[in-house]
Amino acid sequence: MTAAVLVAGVSKRFESKRGAVTALDNLELTVDEGTVHGLLGPNGAGKTTVVRILSTLLRPDEGRAEVFGLDVGKDAWRVRAAIGLTGQTAAVDDLLTGRENLRMVGRLFGLSGARAAARADELLTRFDLLEAADRQVKTYSGGMGRRLDLAASLMAAPRLLFLDEPTTGLDPRSRRELWGLVKELRQEGTTVLLTTQYLEEADQLADSLSVLDRGRVIAHGTPDQLKAEVGSDWVDVALADGEALDRARALLVDRLGVDPVVDRETLRMQAPVSDGTELTGVMSLLKDGGIVVGDVALRRPTLDDVFLAVTGHPAEPAPDPRQSSKKRKGGR
Amino acid sequence: MVAMAVEFRSDPAQAPRRGPGWWFSGVSEMARRNIRHILRSPELVAYALIQPVMFVLLFTYVFGGAMHVPGGNYKQFLLPGIFVQMVLFGSVFGTTVGVSTDLRSGIMDRFRSMPISRSAVLVGRTVSEILRNLVSVAVMIVVGLLIGFRLDDGLLPALGGLALLLFFGYAMSWLGVYVGMSTGSPNAAQSAGLTWLFPFTFLSSAFAPTGSMPGWLQAYADHSPMTTMVDSVRGLSDGTPVGSEVLQTLAWSAGVTLLFGTLAVRKYASQSR
Repeated sequence: MTAAVLVAGVSKRFESKRGAVTALDNLELTVDEGTVHGLLGPNGAGKTTVVRILSTLLRPDEGRAEVFGLDVGKDAWRVRAAIGLTGQTAAVDDLLTGRENLRMVGRLFGLSGARAAARADELLTRFDLLEAADRQVKTYSGGMGRRLDLAASLMAAPRLLFLDEPTTGLDPRSRRELWGLVKELRQEGTTVLLTTQYLEEADQLADSLSVLDRGRVIAHGTPDQLKAEVGSDWVDVALADGEALDRARALLVDRLGVDPVVDRETLRMQAPVSDGTELTGVMSLLKDGGIVVGDVALRRPTLDDVFLAVTGHPAEPAPDPRQSSKKRKGGR
Repeated sequence: MVAMAVEFRSDPAQAPRRGPGWWFSGVSEMARRNIRHILRSPELVAYALIQPVMFVLLFTYVFGGAMHVPGGNYKQFLLPGIFVQMVLFGSVFGTTVGVSTDLRSGIMDRFRSMPISRSAVLVGRTVSEILRNLVSVAVMIVVGLLIGFRLDDGLLPALGGLALLLFFGYAMSWLGVYVGMSTGSPNAAQSAGLTWLFPFTFLSSAFAPTGSMPGWLQAYADHSPMTTMVDSVRGLSDGTPVGSEVLQTLAWSAGVTLLFGTLAVRKYASQSR
């Protein structure tokens, strides 16, 4: 079977005022049809550049980039007919209504007027935008704009959908709604290439993951494999003073065999826990030791933890020439 | 939400077939979008309607009394200049700001990632500008007739002048597209788009006869596309003989369309932006 996405040895450099910046460095990536693949990485890791190359907006300097076996440069026209692209901003027309936006995109994909209208209604209903369908998009909330943007990308029922940080800047509720939509698309057989900075998002949506750092894939596997490498949730405890911090740390090392990360400035201690019982274990251990605990939080692993586990250094956003010259609404 | 069965699915093999039919449908869809923009942007409607009227009235009643022009009738002299100025500003301003806004909002990337012919997106925009210019000129002619402007040469030359004016506006809208594609933001586009327009407009026969300008300036002013355009409209409205001005304007407009059309489409298609 042909892979939905095949990237082999792709490099891309941008010229900027500070000199050439390597955005992609000999990148390798394969996405099987019918799966959701997550590209996880910090700002400037090259995620957007990968998406722009695969969606025919950029040419790689070197290497092979194919979508369904078609070269994205030579066969751009046919690639474009098979893909949908949802970027970091809502790429819809503010002055048109939601319905007009979808119909326009449908017609531009070659649907007949009647078919574009029917498909627009179907997607407006499905994305809970029917009530707002005849309002200008400039009156939409951020979440509504992103949903309409995704609907526009789905007008021609693409076989491959690119989602470039689809939930950046969204509130938690809109984020969850969007996750629900992506899961439905996957069930229907759409292949999705998703970029994200959030491990939780990748964990929720992706069948497989590639971790990007400075234009290279530094780890790949299923979310479970990656999490196994990173460790589980972390308990984060605030203590009264440095003395309490030292005693708490010693207790954890002696009794649980865990060496927690301590921050003497904020007087906080962080330790990995494997499940709920260990959290209560840690708490009762501290209580029995007579240590007064301030606030306690259970924290999910973040992109930083992944980086720490995989590379031994925290994620550092690299300078991204595209972003510095073109500031985008909503940030990245 | 209920998951729906997908009844069709895009396929690379079913990519739209490129050709004139596909190109025209893309152009008409983009033109329709831009016409909606014009209708829904109060500032653009104001630009097309209120501004020309204001200029006609201001120039006629403020400068009119002090101006001595060939033929002695400043209204008859001035109005063609105002027509051309308004078409020029409207075309350049509309496309410059429109294109840079599309670039910034990301919708241009959406279009570029779709199977739409490269030039259709931009041709659709410039074509819709013709309609705006037509409305704008119609309003100015009506106001002009009300305050004493006369089309003495008859209907056919007047229509010829109108057609020439719309072609000139079309050419200039391509220049606007190119400026819009080359500037980073709508604000920058606004100033980049407008700054050069003032000297370009005033260094011509639009508002004052070129005969009173210093010799070196006159040499430029007499041959600027602005002057040939304005003189063509003057001749075609009041019946003074026109000859090479019309041909020069046609040549200028065709040249600008070809040059900036090519540059703009190439810029749009360039993959390294």
